[in-house]
Amino acid sequence: MKMVNLTIDGKKIKARPGEKLLWAALDNGIYIPNLCAIKDKPEPNAACRLCWVEIEGNKEPVTACTIEVADGMVVNIRGQNALALARAGFELLMASHALDCAHCSANGVCELQKIAKTLKCSLKPRRLRLLLRDLSVDDSNPLFTLDPNKCVLCGRCVWECRKSKEKAVLGFAHRGFDRVLTTFGDEPIEERCMNCSTCVEVCPTGALAFKEGKKSADIA
Amino acid sequence: MKATERSTIATAFQEISKRAVAHVRELKQNKPYILVGAATCGRAAGALDVLKTFREEIKKRNLDCPVIEVGCMGHCYAEPIVIIGKPGYPPVCYGYVNPVIAERLVNEFILGENPCPEFVIGALEANDILPSFQDFPRAKYEQKIILKNCGHIDPTDIEQYIAAGGYTGLAKAIDMPPEAIINEIKKSGLRGRGGAGFPAGRKWQYGRDAKGTTKYIICNADEGDPGAFVDRAILESDPHSVIEGLIIAGYAVGARYGYIYVRAEYPLAVERVGIALKQSKKLKLSGSNILGSNFNFDIRIFQGSGAFVCGEATAMANSIEGKAGTPRPRPPRMTTSGLFGKPTVVNNVKTLAYVPQIIKNGASWFIKTGTKDSPGTAVFALAGKIVNTGMVEVPMGTTLRQIIFDVGSGIPNKKLFKAVQIGGPSGGCLPEASLDLPVDFDSLQNAGAIMGSGGMVICDEDDCMVEIARYFLEFTQRESCGKCTFCRLGTRQMLEILTDFTQGKGKLEDIDNLEKLAEEVKAGSLCGLGQTAPNPILTTLRYFRNEYEEHIKLGKCPALMCQHLIAYYILPDKCERSCDACIGSCTVEAITPNKKRIKVIDQEKCVKCGTCLKACPPQYNAIVKLSPPSEVPK
Ligand SMILES: Cc1cc2nc3c(=O)[nH]c(=O)nc-3n(C[C@H](O)[C@H](O)[C@H](O)COP(=O)(O)O)c2cc1C
Ligand code: SF4
Ligand code: SF4
Ligand code: FES
Repeated sequence: MKMVNLTIDGKKIKARPGEKLLWAALDNGIYIPNLCAIKDKPEPNAACRLCWVEIEGNKEPVTACTIEVADGMVVNIRGQNALALARAGFELLMASHALDCAHCSANGVCELQKIAKTLKCSLKPRRLRLLLRDLSVDDSNPLFTLDPNKCVLCGRCVWECRKSKEKAVLGFAHRGFDRVLTTFGDEPIEERCMNCSTCVEVCPTGALAFKEGKKSADIA
Repeated sequence: MKATERSTIATAFQEISKRAVAHVRELKQNKPYILVGAATCGRAAGALDVLKTFREEIKKRNLDCPVIEVGCMGHCYAEPIVIIGKPGYPPVCYGYVNPVIAERLVNEFILGENPCPEFVIGALEANDILPSFQDFPRAKYEQKIILKNCGHIDPTDIEQYIAAGGYTGLAKAIDMPPEAIINEIKKSGLRGRGGAGFPAGRKWQYGRDAKGTTKYIICNADEGDPGAFVDRAILESDPHSVIEGLIIAGYAVGARYGYIYVRAEYPLAVERVGIALKQSKKLKLSGSNILGSNFNFDIRIFQGSGAFVCGEATAMANSIEGKAGTPRPRPPRMTTSGLFGKPTVVNNVKTLAYVPQIIKNGASWFIKTGTKDSPGTAVFALAGKIVNTGMVEVPMGTTLRQIIFDVGSGIPNKKLFKAVQIGGPSGGCLPEASLDLPVDFDSLQNAGAIMGSGGMVICDEDDCMVEIARYFLEFTQRESCGKCTFCRLGTRQMLEILTDFTQGKGKLEDIDNLEKLAEEVKAGSLCGLGQTAPNPILTTLRYFRNEYEEHIKLGKCPALMCQHLIAYYILPDKCERSCDACIGSCTVEAITPNKKRIKVIDQEKCVKCGTCLKACPPQYNAIVKLSPPSEVPK
């Protein structure tokens, strides 16, 4: 296969034609903030709006997860406009995130912390007001809990959960600000969960988290 | 296409057309007839009772006078509307008709020779007996292309559409190579009427050039903007014009199937389109082997659940596929990978309705109307503080002033014009200084508004611009699908700020915060809903920033609209001692007479419902609104 040559932040890389820019970057060790990108999902979610980059010749920043690589493409992931948009999106997410790192099991591995570091911005919103929803936590499952107040609606867990038809426990409900990760009819996860816990493994935040002392190896 | 097939198409259509003309002649010639406007707008005003009365009266008297149910003529302010034709008279249009007037019209005009001028809005043709529409100031500006048949033909009778020249465009089109049709549409400069004004010919070309044999055309009749109703009116009044356009588009693009995506809240439109589709199929104008050619095109109706975001083309495709109605990222373009992953052309109802006439009359006819970059007409739904509410069709390039003051007859109750909101929740508010703007896609865009669905809401001095922005934002944040960060969370953040402003809780730096957020949501959102949701905010900030500042700095709503920032006050020197009207009207007993029997409002108790203001008799007019509430004398 003829590979495509492109430059990201001065680094020359090769990528398969048709590959999305985000994956070309990540696979070459170049980190671009992202939450909703799923490698084996054919159509990008393009929902988190954090993966902004600037491409030479384009006036406006674009989302790296939706753009295909092209030969000779020159990409700048630290452009001011791209960073500004990524920061704005991140602050919006954090303004509706139940921030409590000290007591969160994801502390240290949370992707939100990683993104804050990359974007050089604080986890606490400065400009926006806190809009929290106080949703109830589902701890019906013996292995893990779902705390929707920490969920960023990235859709990774939904994708994993729905890969096989007999699972399909998790999904999104409601519109707009009320959009929430839940189960069919809001029934407790345990009702139909097969305890594969892949959802917990893919969750970038502490929204899906193993209970104290449990881990994926504990699968019955 | 071979020459032999070509002549069969023309012959087949000639036959159909001849029969249709004969049918209409039989129906209307040499006898009186009555047309009753009974689209949704007419029905809401009581058109069905009027229709019933006419039918009963005609039957009782055994008259040969067909009573025909038609769609909307656009004069919604005067519904129910009736047109009566009678040999020896020009067809006459009556407004505000009720069953009593209907009975009189039968007795005095159908049976007698009195056209009852007291109920006439205008005759359809210039004449020496009655005033005609040509004498109206609006006649100078109005030019009907896609509203031409609306209110004049029976939408459930395909032959009336054909006799009025319908399906001639289709017959001509399938005698042409598809490329030639696309070229004609390109030459006509037709731009999409669904909002963005994308050139229809170019979109068709993308669709035609796309790889793949299965292709789709979707007619977008979701029309989810609050206040918009033009697409509904066209589907209810002249469904065949849209169907014909859709079939021509299908032929040009090389599609086998078409969808009409109508919201389920439009039951009458769904019903009439359904009837129209059956009739077109029966006459071989749609379905298999159209007009004897080898072109097949089937149309299905899809009833949407009425989410605003489903009007967005990619969300619409998901919705038809049975998935959640959330948008997909682009690229790919819909014309590359749309419905079921196949090349798909999505066009608005109005866009498609122009097509038959462009093909029939030629692109050179079409570009005679309108402006160079926006040829043709614009259709607006006039609403709000305007005398003539309803639909108007004017050439692109007509100024806002002409539309509002000449066609719409201006602002009622001697109030002052303040702003015009164009394009609904995705559009913007333009001030007095923009009134001489010639209306077309690009001029509106430059001013910060958009053509959108053609909703035009006129605001007068009593409308608060901050509240208008809040109202539209409340709509978009509720309709946001919630998929992407900026729209889901950003619209909510902006709504919080705006709500604070209208409640006197804002801070000055919030204005800058709001403006910054608005720019970010516009740039960062995935689909058009989020990308345009900030427009009402950005335009009101651009043109009415002082109103925002007054809300914040002075706690004052200059339009006296924001409840938290006003107080009701009874002017002591105007209050009539012997009158008690306001006391009884107040539901919370906040009004009591003082020693001199002058009524006084207890500001602590008052819930600002405004009932007393309406109850105070006009000869006294003693109750006023004051803002800020501290204006109330102690
Ligand atoms: C939130 C949203 C709602 C929309 N609603 C409609 C609609 O109700 N009707 C419509 O024709 N287009 C609507 N559009 C525009 C469509 O996506 C699409 O551009 C249009 O139907 C294309 O047709 P046209 O080229 O004939 O204008 C909407 C777009 C967005 C982003
Ligand atoms: S629970 Fe985790 S993986 Fe699932 S949508 Fe929320 S943040 Fe994403
Ligand atoms: S912009 Fe709004 S409506 Fe469009 S995808 Fe994002 S959340 Fe959904
Ligand atoms: S990773 Fe690109 S939008 Fe989420």
